[in-house]
Amino acid sequence: MPREEMEVAPPLEYLSILDEEGDLDQELEPDLDEEELVQMYRTMLRARRFDKLLLEWQRGGRIGTFAPVSGQEASQIGAMSAARDEDWFVPSFREIAAFLWRGGDPVDMTLYNAGWNEGVAIPEDARDFPISIPVASQLPLATGLAYAIRLRGEDDVAMTFFGDGATSEGDFHEALNFAGTFQLPVVFVCQNNQWAISVPRERQTASETLAQKGLAYGIPGIQVDGNDILAVRVAADEAVKRARAGDGPTLVECVTYRLKVHTTADDPSRYRDEEEVERWKERDPIPRFRRYLEKKGILDEGEADEMTDSVEEELGGVWEEAEERIETLGGPDVMFQHVYADLPPHLERQRKWFGTDEEENDNG
Amino acid sequence: MAEMTMVEALNHALRQEMERDESVVVLGEDVGEVGGVFRVTDGLVDEFGEDRVVDTPVAEAVIVGASLGMAVNGLRPICEMQFSGFSYHAMHQIENHVARFRWRTRGRFPAPMVIRMPYGAGVRALEHHSESREVFFSHIPGLKVVIPSGPRLARSLLVSAIRDPDPVIFMEPKLLYRQFREEVPEDEEAHPLGESRVAREGSDLTVVAWGAMLPRTVEVAEEIAEEEGIEVEVVDLLTVSPLDSKPFTESVRKTGRAAVVHEAQRSWGPGGEIVARIMEDSFWYLEAPIQRITAPDVPVPFFAREEAYLPDKDRIRKGFRAALEA
Repeated sequence: MPREEMEVAPPLEYLSILDEEGDLDQELEPDLDEEELVQMYRTMLRARRFDKLLLEWQRGGRIGTFAPVSGQEASQIGAMSAARDEDWFVPSFREIAAFLWRGGDPVDMTLYNAGWNEGVAIPEDARDFPISIPVASQLPLATGLAYAIRLRGEDDVAMTFFGDGATSEGDFHEALNFAGTFQLPVVFVCQNNQWAISVPRERQTASETLAQKGLAYGIPGIQVDGNDILAVRVAADEAVKRARAGDGPTLVECVTYRLKVHTTADDPSRYRDEEEVERWKERDPIPRFRRYLEKKGILDEGEADEMTDSVEEELGGVWEEAEERIETLGGPDVMFQHVYADLPPHLERQRKWFGTDEEENDNG
Repeated sequence: MAEMTMVEALNHALRQEMERDESVVVLGEDVGEVGGVFRVTDGLVDEFGEDRVVDTPVAEAVIVGASLGMAVNGLRPICEMQFSGFSYHAMHQIENHVARFRWRTRGRFPAPMVIRMPYGAGVRALEHHSESREVFFSHIPGLKVVIPSGPRLARSLLVSAIRDPDPVIFMEPKLLYRQFREEVPEDEEAHPLGESRVAREGSDLTVVAWGAMLPRTVEVAEEIAEEEGIEVEVVDLLTVSPLDSKPFTESVRKTGRAAVVHEAQRSWGPGGEIVARIMEDSFWYLEAPIQRITAPDVPVPFFAREEAYLPDKDRIRKGFRAALEA
């Protein structure tokens, strides 16, 4: 009748490759194609710049509430870049950088933020899910995609994104448990950005890490420096490889920081110190990665600056283009599209009634 | 007396009830330091402390389920769903436990608790933030569903909800949160649950409305009174369930004509129940078909089209016209 320690789960790892100065642990450095590294950097710049524009447009009343990504570019692009185009992308509501990596059109994203349903029309060949606002509700969906992948004998992967707050929802636990039970090809990417609106990470859960929550479901977990794009990429590569090989899901916790508001409806000065934000700004993932690229001789200073300018230029016309698109969009009766495959008769009557002078109660 | 917005009036009710009864606790996402995303719980944590004003993890099911446990064990929880669109995460707790705990335990464990939730369209909110799902809750026996139409009633209804022996779903039309101010008396005021009221008297047409649709319905009634001398009687439900049909029944028997205005979608919506009550109780008094003025049977569109989705004054007027002319 012993009472003894049990070894129930492998120990948890923490991974960091590139420090705040851009210095490197060469043993851990991934072997990535230079062109891809440049692409990753450029997408980070695009995300940061687009975020700034969206914030300006929101403040100017051109768009509605949105959730800025600034600070989390490395977590999103590091993870997303480990997936292929045919893999599934299942976002929450802050994945601007991941969307851009997937080839998302900033004009579409602007339409969405300006309140037009057309902005989330998914291109025919894209395996991207739309923005998902109810916290953690997208995780079970990713799990189902993965089940279908396995049953159909494919080797794709579903990658889903969420925040620290999401780990408190039942949907998180149900999805992880289901994925673990059936050893499904899902990569759960948790962006622990330290704040769920006003509630700090340590008030969200008594767990020391979020990564360890995977262990309880028989899922390997790893915590990475989420502002170190190389570390995130390495962890995501391993997770994707594991999933593709049929060896089941992984929970990757990216320790990062939300540099701006939760959404534009929020005022963080009510609950967090500016000093904390300043400390995290020093760990900004973008300059860190730039220093790495410069030290490696992949980009020189001039090229890096030029890239910043070209990104500004590229995104400079997005609002005008979005406005032009808005001009072409249909009227109110667009709301009747895509409710069903075939519009039922009562809805057809309601649609016809819309925008006419006829009385509403013509039930036909 | 002070002029208050609905947000301030609700805050006032919470503060007074927490002062009056130490068993009252508030819990929900971001209800503490930031005072809720709409500031309804502003300042409560400073006054009553973190044990009574609880910033919870992001987990609606446990917010509601734990509230039931608290209610059974001597507390009076008022929990907040940050938006009604997130209350579905807690629907199994509401349906399987909260609504029927009194019934399941043969009266031993009633669940006196309030589930507050902002709801409704019209504030350019994101997807899943704008629905009007009062029927989800009204269809469940054992729940009371309350929707105020202005600051003063919001305050006095919330007071009644907190003191009620049964669970109350308290739905706050966020379009009205800061739309206008009303005098709210400092002294205690509690409007009884289950009592609708005549918001405007009239003799030509009976219109039932509530929440964010009430002020615009009254406005249209005033306009056509002035322009055409037609007097519309407007009944403000206040409690959607259990439905108090007396005021609108009496009114319909007087006017012979009726319409319902709601922002919920049309089919299987709350208007169906109200129309059925009128048909059951007042059929022989009717002179014309009853009109439903509602949102169409589609998901609430993203906000660029939400004004077209919501019944506006023009559609309300057209509905009145149909009810009057038929």
